[in-house]
Amino acid sequence: MTDIPLDTMAGAVARPRRDIGLKARYAAERRFRIYGVIAISVGLAFLAIMLITIVSKGYTAFWQTTVTLPISFDEKVIDPSNKRATDPSVLIKANYPKLAENALVAKLGIDPANKPMMLKLKGFLSEGARVQLRDIVSADPSVIGTTRDVNILAAANLDSAFKGQIDLSVDEARRKVSNQQIDWMNKLKADGVMAEHFNTGLFTYGASSRPETSGMGVAIIGSFYMMVIVLVLALPIGVAASIYLEEFAKKNRFTDLIEVNINNLAAVPSIVFGLLGLAVFINFLGMPRSAAFVGGLVLTLMTLPTIIIATRAALAAVPPSIRSAALGLGASKMQMVFQHILPLAAPGILTGTIIGLARALGETAPLLLIGMVAFVADYPKTPFDPATALPVQIYMWANEAERAFVERMSGAIIILLVFLMAMNITAIVLRRRFERRW
Amino acid sequence: MNIMTEQSLENAVGDKMNAKSNEVIKMRGDKVGVFYGEKQALFDVNLDVRQNQVTALIGPSGCGKSTFLRCLNRMNDTIDSARVTGKITLDEDDIYDKNIDVVELRARVGMVFQKPNPFPKSIYENVAYGPRIHGLAKRKSDMDQIVESSLKKAAIWNEVKDRLQEPGTGLSGGQQQRLCIARAIAVSPEVILMDEPCSALDPIATARVEELIDELRQNYTIVIVTHSMQQAARVSQRTAMFHLGYLVEEGATDKMFTNPDDKRTQDYITGRFG
Repeated sequence: MTDIPLDTMAGAVARPRRDIGLKARYAAERRFRIYGVIAISVGLAFLAIMLITIVSKGYTAFWQTTVTLPISFDEKVIDPSNKRATDPSVLIKANYPKLAENALVAKLGIDPANKPMMLKLKGFLSEGARVQLRDIVSADPSVIGTTRDVNILAAANLDSAFKGQIDLSVDEARRKVSNQQIDWMNKLKADGVMAEHFNTGLFTYGASSRPETSGMGVAIIGSFYMMVIVLVLALPIGVAASIYLEEFAKKNRFTDLIEVNINNLAAVPSIVFGLLGLAVFINFLGMPRSAAFVGGLVLTLMTLPTIIIATRAALAAVPPSIRSAALGLGASKMQMVFQHILPLAAPGILTGTIIGLARALGETAPLLLIGMVAFVADYPKTPFDPATALPVQIYMWANEAERAFVERMSGAIIILLVFLMAMNITAIVLRRRFERRW
Repeated sequence: MNIMTEQSLENAVGDKMNAKSNEVIKMRGDKVGVFYGEKQALFDVNLDVRQNQVTALIGPSGCGKSTFLRCLNRMNDTIDSARVTGKITLDEDDIYDKNIDVVELRARVGMVFQKPNPFPKSIYENVAYGPRIHGLAKRKSDMDQIVESSLKKAAIWNEVKDRLQEPGTGLSGGQQQRLCIARAIAVSPEVILMDEPCSALDPIATARVEELIDELRQNYTIVIVTHSMQQAARVSQRTAMFHLGYLVEEGATDKMFTNPDDKRTQDYITGRFG
């Protein structure tokens, strides 16, 4: 019927055109496209609002105001009774803030006898100066008796003021920074002594009650331990389980049941896994609280279903012709799986694993339950030591009232987002690079 | 029956008929039945496969010819619901016996599939894979030799000898299928099963593969499933006609195509159904 010769076509009388609803069909398509564009725009707008809010609040967290002062490590202040040779604890207990204060007083030219002025000077420099100077002296006691320039952290309020975040039009009594302090700040700024530096402390400090000396060091280490534990446990267990279920297990009611359960587990709220971890790992098995190891175990349980589902999908996507080819040559099932199916499924497995890890990295609720929401000032040396995690650190800072903590919270969110983005981009790049089409 | 036809046929294929005396039965199916779950796909098939001959299995779609072929190297084992009854022997050994290892069986009975399915690896690796897993080559030079001779036997050596390290999936369809044949040959099987090996190929590539099948007959026993009557007539010495899961008729190809005993065979090869 379709092969009508051309000449008869030319002679054919044109039939009246039927109304087959073309207009309505195209209109429907146009409407659908518009809905799609609207949906995407709304999504992008929310994303933009979120990113702009976080970045505008958080980018200042990466800068920290310091005052460069010529600290004279005065023996009279550090070790007035000269006992440090016999009692090293003297160097620990010494009144280091006094050194910083002396240097600042000298710099500003204040009379130390002027009590009201000296009172106003309190809270200009951070209490963290104690640790800063103590570390210098402990590292090299020969520094005592000499003078050297040290970047002393400014207190959080002065840091905020220096960044222009404090509204000076507010009445002085209701501000945390006095006019006198602002004057000093401007003087030091004009001298080039007070300046902003990149805030390395944000990445290295542990928990602290003072914003200027608190950082995500412990949280980063805790999260790193947990990611390693999740990777080491969830990847082999997940891949082995998937291979068995997909390639070796007989398809029957029991395996169907397992499959349904795995899919269910992937949708279980993470806080339930936290409760499970609390009950099993901590209460029953007696593992330590707040430890990254337990956190890692809980996140492993949470990530397993994701990895299993992704791996099974990747295995199932390998065409049956490859299986037939291998089996037809006399490969055993094991050889078929490990020499052909698994290498071909590897990119999919890898992508699923990275996405699972990214989810685990951002998980907070289960960690709260196993006590990882803790004030941890020292680095965890092993995964069994108390630690926190990046999202938990954000949660804890969000609970603080001070402005500088809010700033740090936003900074931490930026860092977490960067980590997550890097992981997801890696996943996409790997998938693109190794994706194979048949 | 037309005696004249029979006689002229006999003259035309005299050499084949003479060879009949020393024909060896390589594989024998005895009352082979196959079930997929509850459904029976193959009923009581008795079929002999003769050594160094090409046996063609023909019949309309769904008639069970591929199912039978897949029984011969137990590829049906990979389907959970499949069950095989009856007896299939290879050199008088029951291949479904517990003492026969399926991996060893498949090394003796190789298979070429409908769609060319080279591994997504290099041409060299495609051919070397079988010999490697069976430990057929001790040294690299032995392996090189196996790869080269297999590719030569599959009549593709000249086309690929300069690009052995390139992926096998980059070849054309016909080349891929010959690569798959080389891969099957590399493990030195005794029988090669071919499941519509030319259905995805163009006529020129088909002609090459058919030529190749005829050459391979010298050293191997071949069973081929085909939908093309002409192909069966061209390449095979014996033809078996399947219909609805039953073996309708089996015999010398020349006789099957000129003077079949069964009306269904007659109808099928003349294109009246199927």
